[in-house]
Amino acid sequence: MSVTPQQAHQSGAAGAAIFAGSDSRKYNYFEPKGRKASHYEDMTVDVQPDPERYLLQDWIISFPDGTPTYSKTWTKALSSNWHQFRAVDQEWERTHYQRQSTICGMVQGVIENARKSGAPKRFDKAWVKVLQDHLGAYKHAEFGLGTSLMQAQRYGYTQMVNNAILTNSSYKLRFSQDLTLYLAEIGLDLEGFDHNAGKKHWLEDPIWQGTRKSIEAIMGATDFLEQYFATNLVFEPLVGELFRSGFIMQMAASQGDFATPSVVAAAEADYERNLANTVELIHMLTHDKDHGVHNKGLFNGWMAHHGALAHEAAANLQPIWSQPRVKVSSFTEAQALAKNRIEAICAQIGLKTP
Amino acid sequence: MSETLTLNKIVSQKGISTAEAANRVSDLGWTPSYVQEAMTFPTDYKISKVPRDPMKQVLRSYFPMQEEKDNRVYGALDAALRGDMFRNVEPRWVEWMKLFLAIIPFPEISAARSMAMVGRLAPGEELRTGFTMQMVDEFRHSTIQMNLKKWYMENYIDPAGFDITEAAFGKCYATTIGRQFAEGFLTGDAITAANIYLTVVAETAFTNTLFVAMPSEAARNGDYALPTVFLSVQSDESRHIGNGHSMLMAMIHDPSNHQLLERDLKYAFWQNHAIVDAAIGTFIEYGTTNRDKNKESYAELWHRWIYEDYYRTYMLPLEKYGIKIHHDDVAAAWDRIVKKNYVHKTAQFFTVGWSFNFWRIEAQTEKDFEWFEHKYPGWYAEFGDFWKWHAKLSVPGEKNIAFNGDVGYVYPHRCWSCMVPCLIREDFCCDEVDGKMYTYCSEGCRWTHKVAFAAEYEGRATPAMGRFSGRREWEECYHGWDHADAMVDLGFVRSDGKTLVPQPHLRFEQKDMWTLDHIRGNTLGSPLRSFRALKAGTERDAAIAEYRKGFKINPCN
Repeated sequence: MSVTPQQAHQSGAAGAAIFAGSDSRKYNYFEPKGRKASHYEDMTVDVQPDPERYLLQDWIISFPDGTPTYSKTWTKALSSNWHQFRAVDQEWERTHYQRQSTICGMVQGVIENARKSGAPKRFDKAWVKVLQDHLGAYKHAEFGLGTSLMQAQRYGYTQMVNNAILTNSSYKLRFSQDLTLYLAEIGLDLEGFDHNAGKKHWLEDPIWQGTRKSIEAIMGATDFLEQYFATNLVFEPLVGELFRSGFIMQMAASQGDFATPSVVAAAEADYERNLANTVELIHMLTHDKDHGVHNKGLFNGWMAHHGALAHEAAANLQPIWSQPRVKVSSFTEAQALAKNRIEAICAQIGLKTP
Repeated sequence: MSETLTLNKIVSQKGISTAEAANRVSDLGWTPSYVQEAMTFPTDYKISKVPRDPMKQVLRSYFPMQEEKDNRVYGALDAALRGDMFRNVEPRWVEWMKLFLAIIPFPEISAARSMAMVGRLAPGEELRTGFTMQMVDEFRHSTIQMNLKKWYMENYIDPAGFDITEAAFGKCYATTIGRQFAEGFLTGDAITAANIYLTVVAETAFTNTLFVAMPSEAARNGDYALPTVFLSVQSDESRHIGNGHSMLMAMIHDPSNHQLLERDLKYAFWQNHAIVDAAIGTFIEYGTTNRDKNKESYAELWHRWIYEDYYRTYMLPLEKYGIKIHHDDVAAAWDRIVKKNYVHKTAQFFTVGWSFNFWRIEAQTEKDFEWFEHKYPGWYAEFGDFWKWHAKLSVPGEKNIAFNGDVGYVYPHRCWSCMVPCLIREDFCCDEVDGKMYTYCSEGCRWTHKVAFAAEYEGRATPAMGRFSGRREWEECYHGWDHADAMVDLGFVRSDGKTLVPQPHLRFEQKDMWTLDHIRGNTLGSPLRSFRALKAGTERDAAIAEYRKGFKINPCN
């Protein structure tokens, strides 16, 4: 039987024929940051379009005041090229789920093993109250940052900016839930553990009101970049790390608690990535050839405003350092580390330390 | 060994229940007292009832579940390559993926962004966890689809069109139709956009044709990758449908919301129909080589997923809350698909415009004709000659079908609302909005622009409602341009600087490929400009009457 051309099956595989464009096997519409485009760049760049690049027909729906679907006016910061930013952590969906899932498994393993070995019952009693009242209060701070960043990820001018904020939100919300479920589970082994104490302290205890005010100032900011900036460059080094690393992780072991530091350590690793992303973006903006001076002035204002709130919040937390029975580190030492941290951050991006 | 002794019993310890975990997580929020959250994305709806989260899932079970789903997807992609999928795949199918996958990552990520809009509107925190997971899901969908597209680009015979994908998304008229779909999720009234249009209508109804029906057709064409990715995507949709319904239930008890709900259910249904059915109907019916007469046609799929599943089991029960359902629109959409040949006319239009796009469209053949006639009696009489013309004119040097008077096709007006052209000629209409004349494909689309997207609805102020903007008629962007110059500007030219990315066939030899020289000499024009230039009254009325009469394709011998 003869085979007519119509019946012959044309292989659809690469290389089955050579013609113009048959070897064009890379996304070719953006400049990679390095010599070759990373997989993250291929997954991310230009998915959110821009009338200044390829968006021929402009945004086709607007808000009632004429603001288009995406607008540069949603932050007071200015950039000569928002598209230049690439997230340092290079996250796309697969790497994000792999990392989050690994952390979830690690945290659950820690909790299961700790409970199986009866560890919570051996925690120092004063320390249990610290966990119940203060780690219980702090989980709300993490949730506030997570929801604030969930809001912020709507507003950035490029996909790279918004996806970096989105993954940051995802990390914060996961950690707030990690703490919530950790406390709920060790509470099963601790007689009289009050699951509602944390929220009560968050809402009413004077120790936490500075922190709550600082978080609510971030949640209430209407500039999405201010929310991202204040979260990672101000609140985290001055309050978040201070409490997590400077208090919980320093003190826990001496109170017979090997579990809590492992749960909290995940947030420190999350933060290193989110800090790197934020520093990269803010550094780009403070060194912008056209708008660097404007941006520095703006960011110094944000740093001063949120820095004052964060300093006040940190100072209010000082009494917590006195509550564990065994004292292995002081508030002054922790604060000195926080001061070094924010000085290093400010030096990196060229801003005044608050 | 004792029958009661198992490893599970040895290591088990009392934990907290899923419901309790969800309850504790939903208590993380509080009402700020130092600084109020700004209502940055307003709505005209009132939401006083706390929505419930029907899924009761927390992130520590969510992330491992999603990672497992990802592992299956990526493992399947590797297996497809090892099984030499591309040797057997149908290029007719993969070519349409250049269009589909150029569009879909932006609607997905727009849905992620839109979670910011509903996240703050819902009182209470319970549903916020649901919105959080949806946000991360949509991030998953957007990047997993970009990955799939890259994978096609690396392994399919003709990567041109995939390589320019996001640039093409910004420039092609067909992708702009997809952008109307996506921008609707995240612009304007927050509830209209992120709840009714996105979750209640697009995700509850139309993702079934997008992410369930279309993957089945992919598999019939030797493409196992698309079903792998998109059925995994669809498995996230049940959560999103739950979010949408829960939010809807939090509003539906307040009668002051009913007027807006009726507007938005109507708007969202009609736009989803006009956009999704045009695109997905074309991919399924015309992108396939499988002509099994026992499989469902797009019309049959639509009846199953949209009519039975959405309209009868989801929408109709809303009537008991006092909501007036737009029954007439559902009937009109059905008629457009089965009686007025909406999908066939869309595929015809895409094909007339092959040389303005960035993928290949080959002619349908006798085998296809037989299937179409079986599924849609009368199809051959209306469309048979057209496809013969397309086959005949697919050879370089023939006169381009878009400008070839012998064919008999009349280039259509563009609909200002859905942005699909006005293909059902008898339904063509026009109207003035803010003193300017616009053209529409249907009464539903005229109503959408003039009545729904306005500052007032039936005497009620709607200050949060969005507006149509931008250069919505694509043809106007290139009015007066030479066709070849427009293609250079669009970037739809291959790496040799002259061969077009789109081709009217699946022949992969260089000698068969159209170049800029083959299309030079024809001038593009804006139908709307010409229409607006007509004198109001007799001249315009005559043009409308003529347009509504339609055209007849000439016999192709």
